[in-house]
Amino acid sequence: MLTVLISAFALALGPHLTALNATERHPLAPEFSLADLRGQKLDLAAFRGHVVLLDFWATWCAPCRNEIPRFVELQNKYRDRGFQIIGVSLDDDAKAVRDFYAQFKMNYPVIIGNADLAERYGGILGLPVMFLIDCDGRIDSRHDGETDIALIEKELEPLLKAGRCVGKRHGH
Amino acid sequence: MDLMDLSKAFKWIVVMLLACFVSIDAGARNLEEQSTTDPPLMQPADLMRILKSDRPKPLIIQTGFHVLYVQAHIPGSEYIGPGSKADGIRQLHQRVDGLPRTQSILLYCGCCPWNRCPNVNPAYQELRTMGFTNVELLYIAENFGKDWVEKGYPVARGDEPGTI
Repeated sequence: MLTVLISAFALALGPHLTALNATERHPLAPEFSLADLRGQKLDLAAFRGHVVLLDFWATWCAPCRNEIPRFVELQNKYRDRGFQIIGVSLDDDAKAVRDFYAQFKMNYPVIIGNADLAERYGGILGLPVMFLIDCDGRIDSRHDGETDIALIEKELEPLLKAGRCVGKRHGH
Repeated sequence: MDLMDLSKAFKWIVVMLLACFVSIDAGARNLEEQSTTDPPLMQPADLMRILKSDRPKPLIIQTGFHVLYVQAHIPGSEYIGPGSKADGIRQLHQRVDGLPRTQSILLYCGCCPWNRCPNVNPAYQELRTMGFTNVELLYIAENFGKDWVEKGYPVARGDEPGTI
């Protein structure tokens, strides 16, 4: 009898629990509006409808440096399908970031991050950390440490195929 | 046993003794090289024991990045900037220049996995070059989040060192 009651209760709650878990698993990415390396404000909200790869990194961080050329390729490959990388540099020195940006021919915007933003993204207590944000602005996944680009592409494909992605280009 | 056998046995003993001496000498030299090139490491759990005890505490310096320090750092530790940058090394030099060279100093970073951290070793080398003889590195295997914060060790936040 008890088993039947518990099963009925679980069935009744089931859809709600699933919905709740999906929201918890994929919370909205915290909004931000911070200056990029050209001094222009960059709003995350402006990229709604795009799949965004948000990369917390620093110029002196070896695993981060390894990723940058791969990210440049990834941006070229998926740009026309509504994909946008945004770099969040946690360097203390913006000039070092500008020099690095030019040297590595980076092709996506980079903003200078701060502790407040890092904390709103759950704490960035090691580098690099990367988030994939879907077209609805929800965090699909978080990766700590140097990432395998093949794995990122595997996660990226279904997000880009979602009908709600606009796939238009931004000015960056 | 004739004289020839005795001579062969003697030669064999001499060769074996020489081999032993060579091996012991090489071992001693390896140990010596290791002690002058490999920084002494401290495990996080050992640091916790020191922090909780009445023993004198080392000067603890974070050689990582500012955003990491502001989010979470070891209570009492001071920020000097990334050891991989000239600014960080300069600030480290200024901070310790007036201290006795026997001062106990513990450096840590936690920006990246241990073998890829660019910050702690340059800071360690700078202190050794300055003549400091009692410098240790905190061994953070993966990063500060995983190896300190998630282990439940105490943290301070903000720009001030704070206390435990």
